[in-house]
Amino acid sequence: MSNTENQGDVWEVFIQSKPGLPHKHAGSVHATDKEMALQNARDMYTRRQEGTCLWVVPLNAITSSMPEDNGSFFEPSDDKIYRHPTHYVMPEGAKHI
Amino acid sequence: MEDLKKLEEFQAKIDAEIKIEPKDWMPDDYRKHLQRQISQHAHSEVIGMQPEGNWISRAPSLRAKVVLLAKIQDEAGHGQYLYSAAETLGKSRDEFIDELQSGKAKYSSIFNYPTLTWADMGAVGWLVDGAAIVNQVSLQRTSYGPYSRAMVRICKEESFHQRQGYEIMAAMAKGTPEQKAMAQDALNRFWWPSIMMFGPHDSDSPNTGNAVKWKIKRETNDELRQKFIDKTIQQAEIIGLTIPDPDLKWNEDRGHYDFGEMDWDEFWRVVKGHGPCNKQRLNHHKKAHNDGAWVRKAAIAYAKKQNEKQLVA
Repeated sequence: MSNTENQGDVWEVFIQSKPGLPHKHAGSVHATDKEMALQNARDMYTRRQEGTCLWVVPLNAITSSMPEDNGSFFEPSDDKIYRHPTHYVMPEGAKHI
Repeated sequence: MEDLKKLEEFQAKIDAEIKIEPKDWMPDDYRKHLQRQISQHAHSEVIGMQPEGNWISRAPSLRAKVVLLAKIQDEAGHGQYLYSAAETLGKSRDEFIDELQSGKAKYSSIFNYPTLTWADMGAVGWLVDGAAIVNQVSLQRTSYGPYSRAMVRICKEESFHQRQGYEIMAAMAKGTPEQKAMAQDALNRFWWPSIMMFGPHDSDSPNTGNAVKWKIKRETNDELRQKFIDKTIQQAEIIGLTIPDPDLKWNEDRGHYDFGEMDWDEFWRVVKGHGPCNKQRLNHHKKAHNDGAWVRKAAIAYAKKQNEKQLVA
């Protein structure tokens, strides 16, 4: 892992605000190990009971798509409007569908 | 040529209110402006802990003390959010801290004024945080995604800061004549530096043009200053304190208060390092940073050892 001199690595922080909800990205912290990352994330992002669960993930473990490739990368879904319910014609008067 | 096309696409996104994210193409000047502005903002949060830290051990009650501690801890957190946002622009935290300590980067000049009495804790919360909130509410709509998200989080947390300061001022203004005088004195000293926090007049602010075009800033220095003044005057009146500006007058035509001219010579003197506490603030930051070096070293050594253990196992 690449240390930026002596500030530790960057860890991305995800918070689940209550049971049943997905973990949501909140920001990042610096830490030298995973326990420290969790504690720093707690101190920084949950000072007001914002969460019931925290994830910390080393930044360099995340693979991201690149915005400049968005056109071709997301192209496969462009022409498949039949994946949306509004594509289908319902008989007049049909209910609860 | 290609850059010109990219620049057009970039501006089109800005105009359409689409946020810019770290991996998106952006003009160099946009990146540089943000690096400067966000890190300056982060430095201000961190240095801003010092004038208040001065009163933790002398807070007049246990309640006042825990509140002050919580507020200062928030400010440390806000500094961290902002450094995190600044880092997404490709500069490391060490570089930002280095720029602060070498004097290359600035922080808000307001923190170069001393906090002489407990009433100053009131004035700082009410006026300094109040002015910061006006600026930060506006910056929630800034065009750079990570900065905008940090601002949303900060604004949520910051509203208690201003209220705790105003509560102190209100209590002292209702107290003994000496306490009221102390509150008035704090207002007298902090008023002008607070309204100068918004920066020079638009006509003298070289960075405003691009910053507004790129929607880094959503409102200009003068617009934000006017907003702050308009809402603060009533708050002073209701607790019986007087804002130290004889030119303050409601202007029916403008729908705003008119106010006196600020002392820009003083403003630039303090920005350039000749305020009452510039040296003290930076020296304290350096000392804390250096005193903590062994902790960072130990943490890295420990992490290295843990990693090696894992490799062997």
